[in-house]
Amino acid sequence: MPIARGYRLASCVLALATAAALSGCGARTGEENGDGPAAATIDTSGDTIKVGLLNSLSGTMAISEVTVRDALMLAIEEINADGGVLGKRIEPIGEDGASDWPTFAEKAGKLIQQDQVAAVFGCWTSASRKAVLPVFEQHGSLLFYPVQYEGLEQSPNIFYTGATTNQQIVPALDYLREQGVSSLYLVGSDYVFPRTANRIISAYAQAHGIEIVGEDYAPLGSTEFATIANKVEAAGADAVFNTLNGDSNVSFFKEYDAAGLTADTMPVLSVSIAEEEVKGIGTQYLTGQLTSWNYYQTTDSPANEDFVAAYQAAYGADKPTSDPMEAAYTSVYLWKEMVEQAGSFEVADVRAAADGITFDAPEGTVTVHGETQHLYKTNRIGRIEADGTISEIWTSGEPIEPDPYLTGYDWAEGLS
Amino acid sequence: MTVLIGQSFTGISIGAVLLLIALGLSLTFGQMGVINMAHGEFIMSGAYTTYVLQQHLTDAGTSLLLALPAAFAVAGTLGIVLERTLIRRLYTRPLDTLLVTWGVSLLLQQLARDIFGAPNVQTSTPGWLTGRITLFGGEHPVTLSHARLFILTLAVAAVVALTLTLRLTPLGRRIRAVVQHRELAEASGIATARVDRTTFFIGSGLAGVAGVALTLVGPIGPTMGTNIIIDAFLVVVVGGIGRLRGAVVAAFALGVLQALVEYSTTVSLAKVTVLIAIVAFLQWRPQGISTVRTRSLA
Repeated sequence: MPIARGYRLASCVLALATAAALSGCGARTGEENGDGPAAATIDTSGDTIKVGLLNSLSGTMAISEVTVRDALMLAIEEINADGGVLGKRIEPIGEDGASDWPTFAEKAGKLIQQDQVAAVFGCWTSASRKAVLPVFEQHGSLLFYPVQYEGLEQSPNIFYTGATTNQQIVPALDYLREQGVSSLYLVGSDYVFPRTANRIISAYAQAHGIEIVGEDYAPLGSTEFATIANKVEAAGADAVFNTLNGDSNVSFFKEYDAAGLTADTMPVLSVSIAEEEVKGIGTQYLTGQLTSWNYYQTTDSPANEDFVAAYQAAYGADKPTSDPMEAAYTSVYLWKEMVEQAGSFEVADVRAAADGITFDAPEGTVTVHGETQHLYKTNRIGRIEADGTISEIWTSGEPIEPDPYLTGYDWAEGLS
Repeated sequence: MTVLIGQSFTGISIGAVLLLIALGLSLTFGQMGVINMAHGEFIMSGAYTTYVLQQHLTDAGTSLLLALPAAFAVAGTLGIVLERTLIRRLYTRPLDTLLVTWGVSLLLQQLARDIFGAPNVQTSTPGWLTGRITLFGGEHPVTLSHARLFILTLAVAAVVALTLTLRLTPLGRRIRAVVQHRELAEASGIATARVDRTTFFIGSGLAGVAGVALTLVGPIGPTMGTNIIIDAFLVVVVGGIGRLRGAVVAAFALGVLQALVEYSTTVSLAKVTVLIAIVAFLQWRPQGISTVRTRSLA
């Protein structure tokens, strides 16, 4: 009966495949909390203070998030070697978000309620941040989020130490316009960050006479880009604005190269490719392409020399440092400064002390903007070199005030 | 018109990738009925074999060509170990096989992460694979990259080699005999356990070869297999259990359909269209494109 058995097997496999495809879709949103923020219980007994580290150590996002975990651990070890925070050693409690948004929410709840940590550091994708946000608001706990994101958010329970859009995307568009780019092709992964970023880019483009000649989204994890490369080539834009995330970038740049498109004829400006990703994609496909970040391994500052040296001493001389790692490393120090300024680990005290806290970070001095809980950050446009490093070719000059809702830009009216 | 031709070529090249990743599975799943969820990780082992060879041999071209037999051996060996230790005990329990091999796939992913690190690794493409051929020059030229042509050639070569092995060699005869009627084959003196082992070796080895090809177009990382495995099963199911011919037709049909729909719409819509087409097709022809005819009533 080979046919009958085969058919049953086939049905099982199809069902399983569908289940696997769907499992990525449902993110937990959590319940609305009507009673105002509660105060998290923080365990301050003993001579250590616990903090939570919540990163994906497995699954599709592990490629990026493991390096953030390493940078967080480095900062914690340095602070502990230097006497800790308010006389207490930091005791990190690591959890694996497993690239799965409901898991992030569950682990955040565990860290807050069971471990009673003083703060949590982590999350990478906006989907994971949106999944844990209600948990932090419900319990009145603190999250330090180290990755550039799409803006349009301002939770009292989150400190955003990566760039918001007016510190990464808007300066990148300013740069492209300076270079005479008058038409853009938008390529992104299909989730909240690229969709929002492209809405902002489109509004900017409309106001500044830049033509958007095409816009394409690929599902996260998608690795088939031959058709998109063909469409980009046929559209013939001046430049491509790339908001793809993760593995998709590898396939995209390999196809881009195979289609005969180069950085000279049609440069790609990416906002999710840092030093670590360059290594995974292959410099042969990336040389000359552009990125927009606030920090590069090559950034020239005394703090950065120490950071790179310490990181490579701890994790290997061939390990690059990148913007999200730097923002994660910085976030632990900023939390320490806030706690010491407040003289307390309580969330309300820490928040009250946050405004104006500065730290000499590897990217230069950063300052906390108390109202938005974002940082003043300098934008840097980089060019990917043949040796895999990214060199700065343009900078905004001074730290840009964070403006997550883009209220300071006329063209952005109606976006938020 | 040239867009249509160009996209058809793109579709064929997508189909070639699908075919390569599904070919090994059409042996282990199609012929033997083993649901091997770790097939994607065998593909991954082939990709990492390419990476390791390139670390030791500096010339990208030589290491890529050497990687083909090496990856076949590495993935095939993994397959034999899996078959000997686990699958052999579960031939009568297909659903348990599914769960066990899925567990094995998670183990292999973590193993890769421990050995090579969580981030993706890079291999460089040899110079003779970086160019492209241009057909129908003009405003919308149709271009074919050498890497894609290489994969297409590799896929065709693998199908031809596999077909010839199954049709003409004594080993192929034994494999077909065991697939068609296990008890009768055993009664005729065929060592079915050994045939199973060999079939699984070849099927898994082909996964390794697919892994080598994927280094040219996709990411090389611990989770690369999970992206692939579903497509591979789809091709085998649509193609029909137990037939290579069906898998070949299915791979190219799905690839071309995907490419044509995607050009005028979006990636997601194209994927949805392909899945709907598959469901509709299986309603009409549950046994897939082609099947083994038998005298059984089922």
